[in-house]
Amino acid sequence: MSYARNLRCRECHREYPLEALHVCEFCFGPVEVSYDYDAIRKNVTRQSVEAGPASLWRYRDFLPCDSDAAIDIGAGYTPLIHARNLGKALGLPNLYIKNDTVNPTWSFKDRVVAVAATRARELGYEKLACASTGNLANSVSAHAAAAGMEAIVFIPHDLEANKQLGSSIYNPTLVKVRGNYDAVNRLCAELAGSHNWGFVNVNVRPYYSEGSKTLGFEVAEQLGWRAPDHCVVPIASGSLFVKIRKGLDELYKTGLLAEEPKTRMSGAQATGCSPVATAWQEGSMNFKPQRPNTIAKSLAIGNPADGYYSLVQLRDTNGACASVSDPEIVDGMKLLAETEGIFAETAGGVTIASLKQLVEHGKIHPDETTVAFITGAGFKTVEAVAEALNPALEIDATMSSFEAAYSALQPTEAIA
Amino acid sequence: MSVKRVRFTFPEDLIREPVIYQLGHEFKVITNVRMADVDEGTGWVVLELEGDAAEIERSLAWAQQKGVRIDPVVGDVVEG
Repeated sequence: MSYARNLRCRECHREYPLEALHVCEFCFGPVEVSYDYDAIRKNVTRQSVEAGPASLWRYRDFLPCDSDAAIDIGAGYTPLIHARNLGKALGLPNLYIKNDTVNPTWSFKDRVVAVAATRARELGYEKLACASTGNLANSVSAHAAAAGMEAIVFIPHDLEANKQLGSSIYNPTLVKVRGNYDAVNRLCAELAGSHNWGFVNVNVRPYYSEGSKTLGFEVAEQLGWRAPDHCVVPIASGSLFVKIRKGLDELYKTGLLAEEPKTRMSGAQATGCSPVATAWQEGSMNFKPQRPNTIAKSLAIGNPADGYYSLVQLRDTNGACASVSDPEIVDGMKLLAETEGIFAETAGGVTIASLKQLVEHGKIHPDETTVAFITGAGFKTVEAVAEALNPALEIDATMSSFEAAYSALQPTEAIA
Repeated sequence: MSVKRVRFTFPEDLIREPVIYQLGHEFKVITNVRMADVDEGTGWVVLELEGDAAEIERSLAWAQQKGVRIDPVVGDVVEG
């Protein structure tokens, strides 16, 4: 059963029933799910969580839906890796990578969509919808297919063919919208308000965003039920950034963590779309919306819904926010792959490049147990790195051809 | 009659201009501010517009032409 109690406005704190509502009717502030934490504390233990499935549904008691009806394609409970090689390169011996590239559709969006789809079905929706340039579209299409729901997915008309394929394979209604980014955005906001669909990141957004908490839960459990000292998280809408910390705080509130989390939360953005990082660097709590221009398209949200709350969290947890250039993003992708064997998409490059920048600027102490969140797999954005990689050796099928090509790779010894 | 909820973001040079007042006079649209934060460098206002759907669209096009950025109140809907 769910311990979710109601929806509460984050601004004026008015309360609403657990329905398809995403902004407060009074002040238009965002609403968030609140829970009966006393009941969770009485009924949920570390052992009961550990006895659960190897998916995000092991934390069902902290989610706003009924797990018996969960739409489960295996999202969550991804590896937490002690990144010794990358840590050595960066001077962080206690560095961990939370590897969310291994989710069913290869990104963390499976967490939020699993919760949104489940809740949407509970609310009576038969159709699941989203507007996306990649990961979200893939995940909505897959979850709808598994649930027997109809999926309606809006994408920009000029989206690369391989990114369409990641959704098309699940046979959604795929709608290519002509127009610039702003026009697509406004149309989709209107569609969400005018059709009886479960639009995952609009009218069921309060439930959707709760799925991100499971990253915080998992990291704490995988560290032996303790919170990390520092998290480095990519910021797009800002929801992921805020909810990871909410997850850690909920574990303490319900007695699953013995010590109150003091986790510092730092953000990672691409310079070509950095409304939060720019405001942070200017010392402002008011971000200015931007028009995105970066290879990190999965982070290209110029007007982030949780931008303000991200800035509040940066301030309140003594975090920092980095922004990195496109070449730095490519270097970050390569560094992660070459040190830890993890091929991340561009957002992962943003996280690793930001991690490096934060270390260089003294924002992360070498002793801190630091977790970097890698949110999507590299095959989603191969075009970003293809030209930056070493070419293969091409040889004839002879030993001598191989030896000649291979020896040409070896560094020549300096002659004294 | 239609109702539309939008977020206006003002650039620095428009901060001192009564754009919302002007919009209400130029067009048959009722403006109702619900949340706002304005300082000397930038500012945003979340408001509800009520009126004929086409008239609301004309008023938004006018505001956009003046330099106001107009977004859905929920932030960007298109995600990665």
